[in-house]
Amino acid sequence: MTRLGSIADPPASLLLRGARVVDPANGTDGVADLAIRDGTVVDPADLPADAIRIDAEGLLAIPALCDLHAHLREPGDEQAETIASGARAAAHGGYATVCAMPNTDPPLDEASRVAWVRSLAADAACRVRVIAAATRGRAGERLPEVMELAEQGVAGFSDDGATVASARVARALLGYLAPLGLPLIEHAEEPGLAEGTAMRAGAVATRLGLAGWPASAELAIVERDIALAAETGGWLHVTHLSTAAGLQAVRRAKAAGVRVTCDVTPHHLALTDAWVAGDRRYAWEAPDGVGPFDALDPELAYDGSCRVNPPLATRDDALALLAGVADGSVDAIASDHAPHPPERKLVEFAAASPGMVGLETALSLGLAAVAAGCLPLEALVVALAVRPAGLIGEARSLAVGAAADLVLVDPGATWRVTTDRLASASANTPLLGRELPGVVSLTLAEGRVTYAEGLPGVD
Amino acid sequence: MVQTAIPIPRSPGTDTPAWRHRHLLDVDALSAEEIAACLDTAVRMREARTRGDRLRNLERQVVGLAFAEASTRTRVSFEIAATSLGAQVVELPIHASSVSKGESLADTLRTLERTGIGTIVLRHAASGAPYLAARSCGSRIVNAGDGTHAHPTQALLDVLTLRDALGDLAGRTVAIVGDIGHSRVARSNLHLLTTLGAAVRLAGPPAWVGAFRAWPGASVHASLEEALDGADAVMALRVQLERNGGGGVPSLREYTRRWGLTEARMRLARPGAPLLHPGPTNEGVELTAALSAGPRSLIGTQVANGVAVRMAVLSLLAS
Repeated sequence: MTRLGSIADPPASLLLRGARVVDPANGTDGVADLAIRDGTVVDPADLPADAIRIDAEGLLAIPALCDLHAHLREPGDEQAETIASGARAAAHGGYATVCAMPNTDPPLDEASRVAWVRSLAADAACRVRVIAAATRGRAGERLPEVMELAEQGVAGFSDDGATVASARVARALLGYLAPLGLPLIEHAEEPGLAEGTAMRAGAVATRLGLAGWPASAELAIVERDIALAAETGGWLHVTHLSTAAGLQAVRRAKAAGVRVTCDVTPHHLALTDAWVAGDRRYAWEAPDGVGPFDALDPELAYDGSCRVNPPLATRDDALALLAGVADGSVDAIASDHAPHPPERKLVEFAAASPGMVGLETALSLGLAAVAAGCLPLEALVVALAVRPAGLIGEARSLAVGAAADLVLVDPGATWRVTTDRLASASANTPLLGRELPGVVSLTLAEGRVTYAEGLPGVD
Repeated sequence: MVQTAIPIPRSPGTDTPAWRHRHLLDVDALSAEEIAACLDTAVRMREARTRGDRLRNLERQVVGLAFAEASTRTRVSFEIAATSLGAQVVELPIHASSVSKGESLADTLRTLERTGIGTIVLRHAASGAPYLAARSCGSRIVNAGDGTHAHPTQALLDVLTLRDALGDLAGRTVAIVGDIGHSRVARSNLHLLTTLGAAVRLAGPPAWVGAFRAWPGASVHASLEEALDGADAVMALRVQLERNGGGGVPSLREYTRRWGLTEARMRLARPGAPLLHPGPTNEGVELTAALSAGPRSLIGTQVANGVAVRMAVLSLLAS
């Protein structure tokens, strides 16, 4: 049985017995009971008599995930996703909060539009925070009414889908945002280097005869924006960082005291550009060297579901990003959930719309990396939940008195990614058909059951 | 007039066809045995055509030509190949852009398949389009050139031409000169020649060859002279004049001065080394007119072999 709930539901009273509780905010990792009542974590002695008791032995209890980067497509592209369907996907993936990107139609560049999205999200399956457009109409020229948008509680400003191409505009925005404590969330892609490309430049692109954008296209903007943040005191958040070189630049800037944070996507951690050629090995399974130069698999090569921007990078880039998550220089894993209907994907590779859905597979890909020994579990929880929440003013703690944002997951169980199984209105992911580890059995947002599966008495 | 069908080669000592592919999307999946089966069949097709035999390997079959990108010689070559085998040939209305006409390539081909077209010959500006086509419909797909990815029948006819001139290609050295990066001909030849044991040298402006250092069996050379030195054969590529602007050389004049093939430069290669070019040539740019018309040039032979190779491919796929 599956239950899909909403943040507007009454709070549940629950006792989760015997789960392995990983709570990085409090430095704890061990088997314990968790009691939830009135939206908060409470002492088990304070539970009402009719509280539902859940045998959670063998399950993992972690703080609910927080996504800094998702495309919910509403308004304007409701065939791909709606706020309601995207939030259900988030709850299924273990998220209590999702930040919605503003590249909708019309874009979210005015307070009234942000307010409209917030009203639509009032009874969604997760909390939805809005990211406002960095420029009016996402045209890259004039700042939106930043103060008024800030009053609507936006989580930051971004022209995601494109870089703020003008350094002058990016500098003005960083300076204007500095006293507000809100970030410019930058999609780092130097337009001249990326124009006309469909994937990452490199050996695979050469083999496939596809134009690619080089790692320098990301680095050029990351370094530019770091200089602008250093000068203005503004907060730069680089989203979907995809290269080892970009991460090194962020590390250097952090060490120099510049206010810069970054996130990476699950697909840039786990997949490589070889997926475009039909290879289906995770980055940590891929052999040394480059390729593939052997025969392409006609069923898998040039699959539009592998087209994403920034493009999938090399194995070395993916492993460097994983190391960055492990050592904390990457602040967050953000899904860059980007739904598209089949007609935008079942086309020539270079004509496919970039992006893949990710809210429902992020935790599973992270757990696959953990199982492969590439990432400590605690680092994964920090990057998926604790630190991204901190960046947008939320907390993720499982201590008594904290908001009950948590997820129960069976790390040993697997699930097959199918269109039926995905709550998203779209299924554009090359993981479709694949068996992934980590089955979410319960998601709570402030004590509300937003997703439950296979839990007697709850679902 | 003799009416016959050229028999399809079998694996040695078996009754298994030596060719095992439903589509010809590229040559990367072909074994040396399959390449030989294809070339040997092409030779028999060539002989039969010379004799004037009426072949019926594709009798009662329909071959669709779907050329979403301008092409004269390849389309004509396929059309002659298919009709020479007794097939009915139809032109398929495929548009280069999947969005402009509202119907996607996949939908169009899926619809056309229902008309009973057994083989679709597809030319498309997008790399990988034949893979999408093969996944979308039940017809056999022959890639007649996709973007900058592959041109398998061109590479097969090139290798047939080289085999006629040099014999076994194992241990031979072939220099490919020019815009390798934008060349589907070069990529398919890289696969075929290395499978057959030849070494491939690449030369051209850095932006056009640099990315190929990782290609197994290929070597990238800083100078044309180094690449030509002692080569057994030389393959010139067409300079895409329209790409000159963004494409890696400041001017055609500079390209020609540095990488243009002349008889004097060809003398660096093995004496008598043949020259190939997939056509159409830009005489005075990538090679001189004298070289193109001279005794080394196998350009005309390539065109003639093209029909035989395409007859072989269509027959093998339909067998």
